[in-house]
Formats: sequence, C-alpha cells, structure tokens
Amino acid sequence: MIGALARMPSTLRTLGSSQVSNLIGLLIVAAALALTLQHVLQHSASLFFQILIIGIADGSIYALIALGYTMVYGIIELINFAHGDVFTLGGYFSLALFPIFGIAEGKAGFGYVIPLLIVALITMLLCGLVNITIERVAYRPLRNAPRLAPLITAIGMSSVLEGAMYLWRGPFSLHYPDLLPLTRFNIGPVNIGVKDLIVIAFAVILVVVFTLFINLSKLGKAMRATAQDRDAAQLMGIDINRTISATFFIGAALAGAGGITWGLYISSVDPFLGFITGLIAFTAAVFGGIGNIPGAALGGLLIGLIRAFSDSYFDSSWTEVLIFGILIATLVFRPTGLLGMRVPEK
Amino acid sequence: MSAQVEPPILSLQGVIKRFGGLTAVDQVSFDVPKGQVFALIGPNGAGKTTLFNCITGMHIPTAGRVVFENRDIAGTKPYRTAQLGIARTFQNIRLFEYMSALDNVKVGEHVRMKAKLWDAIFRTPFARREEREVSERAMEYLRFVGIERHADNYARNLAYGQQRRLEIARALATEPHLLLLDEPAAGFTPQEKVELMALVDKIISRGITVFLIEHDMKVVMEVSQRIVVLDHGEKIAEGPPTEVRNNPRVIEAYLGKSA
Amino acid sequence: MIRARQFLRENARNPNAIAYAVMGVGALAFPAVIQFANNGNGDYLVSLAADSGVYVLLAIGLNVVVGFAGLLDLGYAAFFAIGSYTYGMLASEQLISSPIHHAVHIPFWIALLIGMFVAAGAGALLGAPTLRLRGDYLAIVTLGFGEIVPVFFRNMRAWTSGVNGISALDVPTLPFWITGPWANAQLGIEHNFRFVSFNPTAWYVLVVILISLSVIGVNNLYRSRLGRAWMAVREDETAAAAMGVNTVNTKLLAFAIGASFSGFAGAFYGAKLSLVSPDSFGFIVSITILSMVVLGGMGNIPGAMIGALLLYSILYYFLPAAPAQASALAHSVGMDWLNQSSPNGWPGISEFIHRLQFIMFGLILVGIMLLRPQGLLPSRLRAQELKRGVHDESAVVTA
Repeated sequence: MIGALARMPSTLRTLGSSQVSNLIGLLIVAAALALTLQHVLQHSASLFFQILIIGIADGSIYALIALGYTMVYGIIELINFAHGDVFTLGGYFSLALFPIFGIAEGKAGFGYVIPLLIVALITMLLCGLVNITIERVAYRPLRNAPRLAPLITAIGMSSVLEGAMYLWRGPFSLHYPDLLPLTRFNIGPVNIGVKDLIVIAFAVILVVVFTLFINLSKLGKAMRATAQDRDAAQLMGIDINRTISATFFIGAALAGAGGITWGLYISSVDPFLGFITGLIAFTAAVFGGIGNIPGAALGGLLIGLIRAFSDSYFDSSWTEVLIFGILIATLVFRPTGLLGMRVPEK
Repeated sequence: MSAQVEPPILSLQGVIKRFGGLTAVDQVSFDVPKGQVFALIGPNGAGKTTLFNCITGMHIPTAGRVVFENRDIAGTKPYRTAQLGIARTFQNIRLFEYMSALDNVKVGEHVRMKAKLWDAIFRTPFARREEREVSERAMEYLRFVGIERHADNYARNLAYGQQRRLEIARALATEPHLLLLDEPAAGFTPQEKVELMALVDKIISRGITVFLIEHDMKVVMEVSQRIVVLDHGEKIAEGPPTEVRNNPRVIEAYLGKSA
Repeated sequence: MIRARQFLRENARNPNAIAYAVMGVGALAFPAVIQFANNGNGDYLVSLAADSGVYVLLAIGLNVVVGFAGLLDLGYAAFFAIGSYTYGMLASEQLISSPIHHAVHIPFWIALLIGMFVAAGAGALLGAPTLRLRGDYLAIVTLGFGEIVPVFFRNMRAWTSGVNGISALDVPTLPFWITGPWANAQLGIEHNFRFVSFNPTAWYVLVVILISLSVIGVNNLYRSRLGRAWMAVREDETAAAAMGVNTVNTKLLAFAIGASFSGFAGAFYGAKLSLVSPDSFGFIVSITILSMVVLGGMGNIPGAMIGALLLYSILYYFLPAAPAQASALAHSVGMDWLNQSSPNGWPGISEFIHRLQFIMFGLILVGIMLLRPQGLLPSRLRAQELKRGVHDESAVVTA
C-alpha cells in the first residue's frame, strides 16, 4: 500500500508535466469560472461589482504583503513566517501613533492628509527596522546551519511578534479609526466608494514606485543580482549583508503600509490577523510565481478576487480550504506559479 | 586479447545530455566489458561526471540509450539503478558525516535487506538476526578496504584517504555488479595510489566490474584494461591503454592545440 | 549478575539512559506520591498527568517527522484532530445524525488501532504529493493542511456536529482490572471495569502503558534499516538515493508513522475528555508540540518526552497558577495596584501572565535554535549536526 502511494509522486509528476498540468489547470479554471458565472447571473449586477471592488481592494493589500515574501524568498530562499505579523504591526504602530498626531475618528478632512502620511512613513520605517532586526537576530546567524534551523526560528519570530502584540494590546480586535471619506458614487451599475479608490490607488502607487526602484536604482539592481547569483554578486563588489538587510527593510515597509491600509479599509486589527493574512498573501506570492515581482502583484490581485467571490457567492466557511487548496495545488502541479521561473523542487 | 564472449555489462548508445543551451555530453557511445576495469578520462569539463550521472539516473539523458545488463535504464531514478546493481562514489566525497563509518556501510546494505516494517517495530527474531548479519557484513566491508579500526568513528573524523575508502566500502555494500568510481585517487599520495590499485584488483577478483573516472594517467594506464576518452562532451578515443596513450587526438586534447 | 553490572556501567553516564530511568521511576511513583502529598485529594493532578501523557505521545510522533526525518511539519495538530474525530465518530451516537443514520460503537482498543491507521493514511496522503517539495514549501503546505483539517471537521456538521463537537464518547472497558486504595476501594480485582473520570489513576496507567509501548516501538525503528535511512536522507539525500534508499518512501513513512501517534493520542484524548471539538486543534497546538520537541531535543526520544513534560507542566500547571500567585504576591508586598487593570492598557498582573503564552513559545523556539539548537537532552548525532563547525576529533559514537 505504501508502494502504491509512493508511486503517486511519479504519477503526479507525469501529471505535473507542463502540457498535462496546464490543461488540467485550464479545465479547473474554466469550471470555476462557469460556476461563478452561474452564481453571478443569479444575483444582481451591483452585487457583482461590489464584490469585484472588494476583491480588488483586498487583493491590492495582499499584493503589498506578497511582495515582501517574494523578495525575501528570492534573495535568501527562506520564507519569513514573521512577515505577516509585520503587516499587523503596521496596523498596531499606526494606531499608537495616531493620538500623537491628533488623528482620531470623526476628524476627517484634507487637513489630516499630511499627518496621516507622516504616520504612514514612520510606521513603514518602524516595520522595516523590526524586520531588519529579525533578520539580524534570527536568520543571519543560521545562514549556514541546516535548513530546519532558520525555519524554526522564523516560526518562533512570528510567535514572538504575535505574543508581543497580544501582550501590548490584548487578544481583542482593536478598532481602527474610520479616517477615509465615506462618500460613495455610482458609475452606471457600479457603486464605488472613495475609500475603495484610495486603497487601490495607494497600493498601486507603492507597487509602481517599488518596481521603478527595483529596476532603476543601484540598490534595486544589487538586490536582483544577489537574488540571481549570490556569489557572482559578491565578486562584483556587492555587500551581501547590506543588500539582504535592505530587502528585508523594503519588504517590511510595504507590509507595514499594507497594515495601515487594512486598518483604514476594514477598521479593525487583532494580533492574529497577520497569521491568516500572511498565509493568504504567501499563497498569492506562490500563485503568481515566487521570486517574481509582477507575479506577486498579480497573485495578490487574483487571490483577493477569488476570496471575495468565494465568500460572497459560495460558502465563506470553505474559503480558507479553497485558498490553501490553491496553495498546495500550485506547489504540486505548477511550482513556478503563473509568471515565475523559480522552481521550489530540490 | 581473448575475444569477448559475454555481452558488455554496460552499453551507452548515442547518449546526449543538454542543459539549456549547453551540450555536456554529445552522442557518446561505448561498451563496458564485464569483469574488467574500464576507465573514463578527459580534460576538465569534458563531461565525465555528467556521464556518470546519466548512468546512475541523477541526470536524465536528453537522448540515447543506457543499456545495463540488457535493459535500457536511461532516466531510471538513482535509487532504482542502485537496486539494479550499479553503485558509485562521488568526486567530492559524499559520506553521511555524522554517522559512524559502520553505519555508513550499513546504509549501503539497506537495499539488500529484507526486514519489513513490522519486523523492525517489534524487533522480531528475524529482524534481530538480520541486524546482526548486517553488522557483521559491514565490518567485513570495512576490513576489505582496510579501515575496520575506525568502525565507530564519525565519518567526518576520518582522514581523507580513509574517507575515500569508506565511500568505496559503502558502495560495495550495495552488492553491485558495476561500481562507478569518480576520481577515487584524487588527493592521494603515491603510496595511497598503489594501495588503491590493489583494492581495485581485489574488487575485480570478486567479479565486480569497475568503471572509473581518473586524472592520474599512471593509475589509469596501470589498472585499466580499456579506456574511453572524452573531450568537450565527445568521445575521441576508445581502446586498450597502449592504443589510447599514443592516440594523437588524445594527446592534443590534453595538451591543447598549440598556439 | 555480571551482565547487569556491565549494563549499569555502560549506561551510568549515558544521559538518555538516565532520562529513561528517571521517567520510568517517576511514572511509577507519581500517583502514589501525589495522593500521599495531597492527603488523598490528588485526583486532579493525576488526571492532569494523564493528560500530559497525550502530549508526550504527540511529541514522540512529531519527533519522528521533525527529529528523525528532518521534515518540518507545522500542522501536526491536523493528525491529532483526525485521530480524535475518528474515535469520536466510531464510539458515540454521533453517526445517527449523519447520512448513514446508524450509531457505531467500536470498542476503544480497536478504535485506537483504527485511529492510528486512519491518521497514518492521512499522513501518507498528505505526503505523497508534497514530500518532494523543499523544506520551506513543505512546512507551509503542512501549515495550510493544519488549518484546513479543523475547518473540514467544523463544516461537516452532519458527521461531526460542527462547532459543538462530538460529546458523550464511549469509554474504554476491560474484562478486569486491579483496583485498590487509590480508587477508594479495597485491593482486588474489578470485573467489567470501565474507565471513568473519577478514577484518573486508571487513565494514567493506560497512558503510561501506551507511552511505554510507543517508546519501545520507535526506538526499535530508530535502530533499524528505516531509522538509518531516515538519518541518511537527512544528512545527504543524494548520496542516500545513490545507495539505493527510496527517499520518497522513506519520508512518506516518517510522515505516516509520525502521524499514527497522533491517531493513537487522539483516541485516548477523545475518550478521556469525552468530547471532540474543532477548536482544540488549532495552530497553537501544532506549535506547542513543535516547541516541546525542539526544547527537549530534536531527534532524541527521551528528549522529546522531557520537552513535552516540561512545557506541559509550565502551560497547564505553573502558568495558570501564576496569575493567582502573582496577584497574591503583589498583594502581600503591598503592590496591589499591579492587580488592577488600568485605563492605559495594563491588564492586571493576572491577565498579563496569562498572555505570556505566545511570546514564551516564540522565545523558546528562537532562543533554543540560536543558543542550543540540539535542545535540552540532545541526541549525540543531532548535537553534532546542528552545532556545525564544532569539531571533536576523538568523538566515538555512543548514541
């Protein structure tokens, strides 16, 4: 029996061969789309657009988080389990900073744009510092240890962050002030809120800035070079440790921004938000193609949409199963993801 | 030389291995006669280890056949080729560093052991007897290569030469018909090389065919009965040592084209 | 006599042997000592000790996966859930509300074995497509699996009563059992013995027997062909494959065998608690067990056991008592203000200590990996591996 089960991998490997798996993938996607379409048609168009917008907004936040996962994985081939918790920290830090800048609920208005941006910048900075510390303390010393070791510290770090937030503000959901304008308007059947637009715009701006940075700046090139071939990069004079630290910093800054955005959009944060959100974002990164930056963005968007549709049109209690199913299926059948080229097989 | 009556134990037929745009092995064909020492030589980067990997299954040949004892094993997984009777050592020694020398050899015996899961969990008399036999046989292999004194030392604590011999012992424990040795004399002193050649003779006398990659020409000429020469992935010569050594193409490949 | 002497001499300084001896004697003496120390009111503690046995079993199982085979499984609680729910469905009235409309009441001893096999099967099923993934990905996949399984059980309401869980589970019965003063009865044999909650000693004895059998079985495996294969695959997978080890099978077996312990433990857990609920199998459970194995000593059976006992007692004995103790202490030192929760966020020292759990796990995991990756009671082998770079030229293998 074990033998039969052991033969499964090779069978699955044949299944995993490009043409077959692509075909199966397309069939599954087609079936899913058909099912969704059926549900969509059963309900109103305005519901559809509402879900679409939520999906895109959530998806953009997932994309911000996924970028951090994909960058770090690309450069040191390690899943930073604590990354999702850095995202949550973004929410927590900003919450702590608001009173200092006089930002509170019910005080919306243009005058608060600047303070909000300052809080955002400080939060991103703090998150970046936290992540750099994590890298220094938990990952760097173990760079040459057996692989199991940094994986365990990563999980440990995630728990430390969650535990710290748990200690700091308790196990409850914290209410995040409603600062974005609540105006909504209609474009045809689409009812969209200014809130949604701001969230999406903010994420898009960050992703664009980030993409420009990674492609045009010296540091960005160093990061890409180190990700491709660490030894060669070192020989060319790139300071590997600094580059890795920078990667962690930037990834965390993006995640922190995501945390603020989440808070503004969803209006609540809790210590364990990052755990699930992190896993979803990681799924997005893998789905889009690990190590691939446009892949992370695309993956985030798609997963956000899938989640929104699953929650609304189907049974939300099965959404988690669906998302993780996608994760496992991607890793097993198409480890390169949609756009990526890194193969996670040994 | 007496005519070969038996079919070759290993026959490569038109083997090609490409990695992306790079052709590491290009249409290589040769036969390894049974029961003799066969050597594969060539300048660095000629594709020798890649060829070994194609034989054992670590690489899947892009094209061609690898016929071992009358069956095509191209693309067979490494653990399976070991089961079929091909064992190997590695160019840069891959021992189980934190296991004892004895345990390393016992892992080699893994493939020939018969105890099932139940036997192991419940330590049945069958399992106990087999474990005893495995231990004794492992000691024998260690004695065969001359390192029985270090049976209980961690593999990583053995001297370099002892480690190479341990790798051979471990490979022998799989009871192979064909033993692939990847640069077994690398880093050896002349004395150790002599001992190695004696060991190869002992292995042959047990009926095991030895196929080795080696850089030291003296060793190759002395110990092998037939040689194949690779350069840039192509076979450029095949035959008995005297023929090969005087082959102008071979000399040119090693010395490089004169400027 | 001479052999006994020789045995003692060989093992007197072997930390593992000492650990086994201490645990063995401790296990035998514990109930009596506790009852004595508490004037016969030690039932609660004996019951707690029996519960700790569940975690010892789980740690032994996860140790096979993480410690022996070197595969990081972050969703081990899923197999625990599978074992528990298997028992729950097979030994209660639960299945009446399911599509088959017929309650199943399989005796505990058989359900134990069934649970073991079902969990092992689940392990093999999970492993088959995923074991060829590299370490991080495997870890994430197991994490995902660990999240999905309880959701499954929560959603399949007809089969599992969803959020409410399955209750009123059958208890084990035996044709006869020795009873005595510890159960407030005369020393003698009781017929048609049922394991009930007011006789925790029986549960305790049962779990000690289960643990002993497990330890013997796993030790045998460790010293067998499969155990060596696990070590070899962990050391150098390529070389192991070249020597004829079917690495995929080897890892699959680690997964399946590791999972089977959860099946075992799950059945016992369900029977003793008489309740199986989907909330008992979350990530915190998986990470607790992982912390136990890492803390105690990855790859070393007595290490995992000690890690389990240590962490369990901290979690379920010291930590719950600590808030009250701390409050009392604060009160007695005149620092009562520490006990009050204040508007600026201080939750009171009691709640504060309660909240230390998570950060404690995290610090244990990080701290151990950075300072003493081989854990408290390391296996010689793992100690060497994990401390890479420490040379001991004269080391002779004893473990």
